Amino acid sequence: MANDPVYLDNNATTRCDPRVVEAMMPYFSEQFGNASSMHAFGSEVGGALAKARKQLQDLLGAEFDHEIVYTSGGTEADNMAILSALETQKGRDEVITSAVEHPAVLSLVAHLEKTGQAKVHIIPVDAKGRLDMEAYRKALGPRTAIVSIMWANNETGTIFPVAKLAEMAHEAGALFHTDAVQAVGKIPMNLKSTEIDMLSLSGHKLHGPKGVGALYVRKGVRLRPLVRGGHQERGRRAGTENAPGIIGLGRAAQLAGEYMAEEQTRVAALRDRLEEGLLGAISHSFATGDVENRLPNTANVAFEYIEGEAILLLMNREGIAASSGSACTSGSLEPSHVLRAMNVPYTAAHGAIRFSFSRENTQADVDRVLEVMPQIIARLRDMSPFWREREKEGAFNPTYA
Amino acid sequence: MWEYSEKVKDYFFNPKNSGVLEDADGVGDVGAISCGDALRLMIKVEPVSQVITEAKFQTFGCGSAIASSSALTELIIGKTIEQAMQISNQDIADFLGGLPPEKMHCSVMGYEALQAAVANYRGEEWVDDHEEGALICKCFGVDEGMIERTIRANTLTAVEEITNFTKAGGSCATCAEGIEAVLERVNAEMVEEGILSAHEAFVPGAVPVLAKPKKVVVKAPESKAPLTTLQKIRLIEETIEEIRPSLQRDGGDCELIDVEGNRVIVKLTGACVGCHLSGATIEGVQARLVEAVGVPLLVIPAAPVH
Ligand SMILES: Cc1ncc(COP(=O)(O)O)c(C=O)c1O
Ligand code: FES
Repeated sequence: MANDPVYLDNNATTRCDPRVVEAMMPYFSEQFGNASSMHAFGSEVGGALAKARKQLQDLLGAEFDHEIVYTSGGTEADNMAILSALETQKGRDEVITSAVEHPAVLSLVAHLEKTGQAKVHIIPVDAKGRLDMEAYRKALGPRTAIVSIMWANNETGTIFPVAKLAEMAHEAGALFHTDAVQAVGKIPMNLKSTEIDMLSLSGHKLHGPKGVGALYVRKGVRLRPLVRGGHQERGRRAGTENAPGIIGLGRAAQLAGEYMAEEQTRVAALRDRLEEGLLGAISHSFATGDVENRLPNTANVAFEYIEGEAILLLMNREGIAASSGSACTSGSLEPSHVLRAMNVPYTAAHGAIRFSFSRENTQADVDRVLEVMPQIIARLRDMSPFWREREKEGAFNPTYA
Repeated sequence: MWEYSEKVKDYFFNPKNSGVLEDADGVGDVGAISCGDALRLMIKVEPVSQVITEAKFQTFGCGSAIASSSALTELIIGKTIEQAMQISNQDIADFLGGLPPEKMHCSVMGYEALQAAVANYRGEEWVDDHEEGALICKCFGVDEGMIERTIRANTLTAVEEITNFTKAGGSCATCAEGIEAVLERVNAEMVEEGILSAHEAFVPGAVPVLAKPKKVVVKAPESKAPLTTLQKIRLIEETIEEIRPSLQRDGGDCELIDVEGNRVIVKLTGACVGCHLSGATIEGVQARLVEAVGVPLLVIPAAPVH
């Protein structure tokens, strides 16, 4: 009997919940009006959008619903936040971020630095992926326009103390933005009780549709639009609203709220069982990141002396989906910049596999992975020159780097 | 997910000749754990005939690295050292039914392992030409040193030329900026050294200067007699007839009333009249007429008749 496929790549993207699809369906062919129009076709949509906005507001614990600006996803929200701050924060041209951000932030700031539009401080992390607080404190100053530091890391799940980081940024007169694409829907949040100024999120990471996301902008924070045109989103993001997407994101947010407790308990327990099982059965493997302080759904396990793509190919043959590094960077052959920032040795960084769960996973999924992983790892190690020679110092020492 | 050929998948899932050859005559180690791939090739050689009788590999790397290693062993077993040395990385890729461009470096690694193993068998030291500067193009494994040498040897001044000579930049093109940076630096150095003129040197972001055609055949300009008034009016008439269908489609029309010198008087009717776009329509008609007749003309609407 063929085994059911096992999907453990929910940090890359999640399955759009059928209840979300159901909520979206009427807004394609039936309620197709433009929310800005004067006629009845548009007004129905306006009401649904207002409801969706409220649903997302509730999940975030935002004080006002107009603090939400819809975007095409997490990447656009990240770009909007940083570029806006560089314009509105007169006399300040420095950006502080961390070494483990998503490319949506890191590529942007690298470009700003290269083109002379900003001076960038990249805060390092320690071996467990925790932010170097001293370096952060030192980097903050009178020229800091904005700090952009993620809430939770997409590769290891490590959570940063964003509420504290935001307070420190404010003491220096800087704005604080957080890429919370991986955190929203997985851990509870109450933005009105924090000093966070801006926050990015993305629908497809919480069982919502792809291509829709939002930037939360605390009331009173000045925002310069990234996309100019019509007056949608109070002039902060032009372009006809992606009504089905926004409505789907609202429903997804509502469901995420309902499942929040389960995410912290049942999903976390599945993740823990998998991780313990793997580390127990497979030698020369270890969990990366701050395991005491991470998302409930993510485990990142490094298998030494073998390479991730080969592991994924063999897993895929068994019907198991996971990822090696970030899904967005799988086109590149460099080991994950996140693991390198944590100084995970090359012998392990290339063989790190991320297992990311969702509320749709079951015990059977964990059993299946535990059943096949030991053989997969053993088989590749048997082929690896580094594995055989690992005890002999310098025995396998090839030419060419 | 990479698009691997069936043969790559087969050689990855069921590799041939994986393992250790205990008393190998030649061993070639290439790659590095930091790069994500490394290969040890072990060969046994029959001393008199110089035939490679056995070959085994051990590989740390992705699916295509393992498949390429295995393919390499299959290709060389039974060949003489001389014959085996003729094998190129392209032969390895071809044997596998092709590799994704981003994975061509796996076949290069196979090729290099063979060079290294043969050198080891012959008691020589194998030095690779791969260690100068940063790896710029990952898809094709081209480093800064190789790009610089190629620019200098061939006086290259454009990114496309570098791609043609080295393949760097020919696949995903994420290295384009890196190639530009090397080109800019090397060209600047060449200008400094007096081996390239400054106006030929690569400047990023400059509008590409179109190469001047080598030989321009100078033809005497066709002498065109100026149009007679009758010819001019005919041409105007014909052109307006061509324009009318598109105006009529929008519910309007345009009729020629008179031509006085360079002033063309037309009657706009239908939807065009009073429409705030009629200005645009007149401009459009005028542009078409000027183009057709080849002399400056002024189109003037006749007062609408009610
Ligand atoms: C931390 C983080 N930020 C941003 C993004 C990009 O989000 P989107 O795909 O909606 O542009 C991702 C998704 O991969 C992510 O994990
Ligand atoms: S790195 Fe892809 S073409 Fe150079």
